[in-house]
Amino acid sequence: MLLKLTCLIPLYPLIGSIINGFFGLKIGKKAVGFIACGSMILSFLTSVLVYVGYLMLPEGQHVYEQVAWTWFGAGDFIVDFGFQIDPLTLVMMFVVTGVGSIIHVYAVGYMQEEFSYYRFFAYFNLFASAMLLLVMGNNFLLMFIGWEGVGCCSYFLIGYYFEKKSACDAGTKAFVVNRVGDFAFLLAVMYIFNVFGTIDFTDVMHAAPEKLIYGGEIVTIITMLLFVGATGKSAQIPLYTWLPDAMEGPTPVSALIHAATMVTAGVYMVVRCSVLFNLSPMTMTVVAFIGGGTAVMAATIGMTQFDIKRVLAYSTVSQIGYMFLACGVGAYTAAIFHLVTHAFFKACLFLGSGSVIHGIHGEQDMRKMGGLKKHMPVTYWTFVVSTLAIAGIFPLSGFFSKDEVLYHSLMDGNIIFWGMGVSAALLTAFYMFRLVFMTFHGESRVDPSVHPHESPKVMTMPLVILAGLATVGGLLGIPFHHWWHMHILHSWLEPVLHFDLASALQHSEHMLHQAGQHAPSWTHLLEPTEHQWWTELLLMCFSLAVAVVGIFGAYMFYIKRPDLPDKFTEGQWGLDMVQNKYYVDELYDDAFVQPTIEGSKLLWKECDAKAIDGTVNGTAKIIGWCSRQAQTLQSGFVRNYALFIVVGFISLLLVMF
Amino acid sequence: MLEETVPLSHYLMLSATLFVIGVAGVLIRRNVIVVFMSIEIMLNAVNISLISFDHYMNLSNGQIFSFMVMCVAAAEVSVGLAIIIAMHRNKPTVNLDDFNLLKW
Repeated sequence: MLLKLTCLIPLYPLIGSIINGFFGLKIGKKAVGFIACGSMILSFLTSVLVYVGYLMLPEGQHVYEQVAWTWFGAGDFIVDFGFQIDPLTLVMMFVVTGVGSIIHVYAVGYMQEEFSYYRFFAYFNLFASAMLLLVMGNNFLLMFIGWEGVGCCSYFLIGYYFEKKSACDAGTKAFVVNRVGDFAFLLAVMYIFNVFGTIDFTDVMHAAPEKLIYGGEIVTIITMLLFVGATGKSAQIPLYTWLPDAMEGPTPVSALIHAATMVTAGVYMVVRCSVLFNLSPMTMTVVAFIGGGTAVMAATIGMTQFDIKRVLAYSTVSQIGYMFLACGVGAYTAAIFHLVTHAFFKACLFLGSGSVIHGIHGEQDMRKMGGLKKHMPVTYWTFVVSTLAIAGIFPLSGFFSKDEVLYHSLMDGNIIFWGMGVSAALLTAFYMFRLVFMTFHGESRVDPSVHPHESPKVMTMPLVILAGLATVGGLLGIPFHHWWHMHILHSWLEPVLHFDLASALQHSEHMLHQAGQHAPSWTHLLEPTEHQWWTELLLMCFSLAVAVVGIFGAYMFYIKRPDLPDKFTEGQWGLDMVQNKYYVDELYDDAFVQPTIEGSKLLWKECDAKAIDGTVNGTAKIIGWCSRQAQTLQSGFVRNYALFIVVGFISLLLVMF
Repeated sequence: MLEETVPLSHYLMLSATLFVIGVAGVLIRRNVIVVFMSIEIMLNAVNISLISFDHYMNLSNGQIFSFMVMCVAAAEVSVGLAIIIAMHRNKPTVNLDDFNLLKW
């Protein structure tokens, strides 16, 4: 059966990583590139086979689980090293292996000049393997292993240029900030085990509506902890600060890890635990607020940055905010939809920016670009397509996914969420076109000694493929699904996201009654939301208009009147604040980093150097002093020793008789 | 006859006296040869007590044991003298106090 191939999918990149890591220097660059790309493509093809196998499953069976071996067990607590194939996993698998393969091919061209080429690909493959483990694991602990694995590879790859201090610092920052979230995630897993006695996804999700009270404390704590974990990995408020710094890594890393896959792991996790989140309205509100707030805030920062990759990084933070906004209003399909389309267009944008950087020899400052359109036509056109997609222009993929998020944030949420989403959309269109105009249009501000050139085919082909995907990706989710059932993704994910609120509420009521408490009235929750196709159409037109306004604004500011931005911002105290990223880094530095350093210094000087070292060295000193006293006994005179023998013998006699 | 005239305690006294002389010699004298001789005196003092016990208790174990001691003493003499000669080659003296290097 084709599904038996499941466990091979994460295995191929792992093998590739091992070969490249241990023998990479010997086998040469060509072989390294071949192995790295080959393992990813093999993995992709296997995913296709598994998909075919999944389609052949008998009616009614939505999950296929394959247990490779029992990982460990203690009493009732048994953790399997098992994989699970369900619609959600398949979507994520295709994103990771598909986009991953394309980026691997691109990286072959981009990293060609690097000396430690093999090291890069060893980590890159290892990352893919860990990411696949994350999305395919059938229990929380296995997911956590993947979760940590991708974080670790992210650290390695951000600090890839380890001679550069800024790169090392960025890697450390990413790692430490991620740890905060990871810790919360681990706590959540422990709590889940405590409550359910198992950490298997299927079992937990099945038992959740019967064991947890709707809106109760337990489920709220669990989901809050899970969400804190997600904010760390997915760079949301308050743990987003690491992602912009992570741009110190090579560009393919930014594309694969910090745009398409790893940073969306948090969204995947929330959707995977959708049953739990559905049970806690409070957490849902927090998720939506954090998501919406992050979307707007990151977008405002993105408007003021000049480093091409940093703009894209803030854009990523902002777009993931959208996904969480969608999760927060219960529109999980929209979140996954946006995740997929975002993987396409954002990977394309990052790779495009990499192509630009490659073409002008490592310059990343947009103030030193401009007029690159004629030098790099392929990069330019693919970049424009993806930018239109992210800005939400019909009929590109971003339009459909963003629109679905906005529609649900209004219908299932409230006007505040929708307002956040729309203002983020406006800002997105503005800063993305600012990026395009500053980079490709206008006067060339490139250093005269540099001759811009188009990138080789191995780099432009992936761009073209990704731009193509960014164009047609919207077909996955044709809107108006409530009437025409054309939304492929929605019906595909239905088995995973299925949640029977009515029976869950009944269980909760029952449990509350047993505890002698009175259940609050939940009847209003069960009223069906009305979906009107004209509302959806109206909202679409509105967000399209918003995007056009944003693009027009960017056109006015950066093409028509390049003097306007300076005039407009002169003497604005607010701008200074935005440009400095709201001083959040400084705030964290003062609030957490410095106290930690000071505290550590205190512990080092007082506790470690004085107390611990004092005890250890003191013991040694006392023993040394005693030994010096005792050593005089060993005089070297034989007659002395004889005397000792006699004295000893006599005293022995005296003692005995 | 003999057992009536000379009691066991006399033999033991002789043995003890010889032994103490030997001990005193080892502790006081500095000449290596003399120290060595003192050790032989101690061994023989023990031999005397062994033989006398043996005699008074009508056993033969003590005699066998004293032969044993003699054999050991002979072996010891050969090894000991060899050591003394080796020492003397290193340092032209027989004064024990000059050999005090082997310490901390």
